[in-house]
Amino acid sequence: METRTNTLDVKKIRQDFPILQREVHPGVPLVYLDSTATSQKPAQVIDAMDRYYRYTNANIHRGIHVLAEESTADYEAARQKVAQFIGAESPRQVIFTRNTTESINLVAYSWGRRHLNKGDVIILTEMEHHSNLVPWQMLAQERELRLEFIPVTEDGLLDLTAYPALLDFKPRMVAFTQMSNVLGTINPAKDMIALAHQAGAITLVDAAQSAPHLPVDVQDLDADFFAFSAHKMCGPTGIGVLYGKKELLESMPPFLGGGDMIKRVQLRSFAPNELPHKFEAGTPSIAEAIGLGAAVDYLTEIGMDKVESHEKEIIAYALERLEEIPGVKVFGPEAAKKGGVASFTLSSIHPHDVSQILDRHGIAIRAGHHCAMPLHEKFGLPATARASFYLYSTREEVDKLADSLYEVRKIFGM
Amino acid sequence: MDDLYREIIIDRYKNPIYRGSVNPHDIAFEDDNPLCGDHIRIEVRVNENGIVEQAAFDGHGCAISQAAADLLMETIIGKTIEEVKQITKDDILDMLGLELGPVRLKCALLSLKVLKAGVYGLGEATDDLVE
Repeated sequence: METRTNTLDVKKIRQDFPILQREVHPGVPLVYLDSTATSQKPAQVIDAMDRYYRYTNANIHRGIHVLAEESTADYEAARQKVAQFIGAESPRQVIFTRNTTESINLVAYSWGRRHLNKGDVIILTEMEHHSNLVPWQMLAQERELRLEFIPVTEDGLLDLTAYPALLDFKPRMVAFTQMSNVLGTINPAKDMIALAHQAGAITLVDAAQSAPHLPVDVQDLDADFFAFSAHKMCGPTGIGVLYGKKELLESMPPFLGGGDMIKRVQLRSFAPNELPHKFEAGTPSIAEAIGLGAAVDYLTEIGMDKVESHEKEIIAYALERLEEIPGVKVFGPEAAKKGGVASFTLSSIHPHDVSQILDRHGIAIRAGHHCAMPLHEKFGLPATARASFYLYSTREEVDKLADSLYEVRKIFGM
Repeated sequence: MDDLYREIIIDRYKNPIYRGSVNPHDIAFEDDNPLCGDHIRIEVRVNENGIVEQAAFDGHGCAISQAAADLLMETIIGKTIEEVKQITKDDILDMLGLELGPVRLKCALLSLKVLKAGVYGLGEATDDLVE
């Protein structure tokens, strides 16, 4: 019997991802270290979508023919799988959107416009991705709301000593990321939510980075809203999820109007459909939802606890290798407090130059502000280079990254 | 070994000739490339015959953006403003001796964009100035 129950068979996993077999330059295999931007897709996901288009394609709901019934069943089965994956009470609380950004915008527009008024306070953090910042800024401008921010410490953690004083402002909403896409920091979401609830606030968790990389349970967290994207968790682009507590979703007006979101329409009025359809106007991304369902199956079969522990191991090794390179500075907390993300600078070399040279070695990292400009400003940096890891990442890839960074130093005469 | 990091680019990046300011100047403009956070400011002095007498840039960013700015300053000194207006994307790429993908092209063209916005006296530097 195999006893390594807690480790992934990465070699076998890599076989599932066709793109990991390709070369990016003649004789240079791909080293994909950009999964925080988007993950690669296993054949299981690609095949599920391919099968849908080749075999079952039909518009969902209301069609009375075999294809329509099958496609509707597959689409709704995907919703069921997602509900189970995040521990939702009911699939009715799983709304399909385009991505995390759209999910957050949905809450800001629909819940925010219904419930927030002049002077109301929203608490965010300094480490938010623009997607959990700009929708609230837009709403704040329109409704004259006040935005307050939980600061980030030098170590890249939330300064939670500042949180109780902010909660004294009696915020209506506390919205924060469960895992930073730049620092990798995993925030204590459950405690933060409990404190927010004590202060009478509603909470939104940006789970774009956490849902793909850690086991998540919305009921255990007691999250009011929970948003994430399929494409960062082995699924396709164009589909994301908004989970919400039932009474909240029911209290909210529709976001977009159109087909499927209505129960009855007259020329001058309409009655909205029930959850979740109330928030899914128009023909949705059917193949993509099915692809997300397949991604959930794939990750569930492997086990999110194993994905998490594999990434812990890889990030610990990556930090060790990166920090030994002269001139490299890694941002964010120690490995134990973060997921598989390493944002770094190499002396004064611009991250775009670093990334460009790594690309010659087949290494795909990201360089820029990673949609978190305020956070970069806080650290006094225009940009960082970011290597990020997933279930298919290996120690050998970390070694290639480190070796190539030495090469960058050489080219720049260091 | 690496085409993009030819000696001239690394050299101009590390030892720019035209980094600084021009005082007094007739034209000044600055802008960012929000994609990478590159920033370029350009100052130019023009004599009574409409010829660029002195030019300098300042800012920060990747090697390509900064080297391109340095080479561009060198190119425009002695040219008339009318000639400066005629400088194109291809001139910059010839100067650098590079072919660039769409992302890095923005780095290479930032200084030309800033220069043209200044020369035309525009309120903002837009991409169509360098297309």
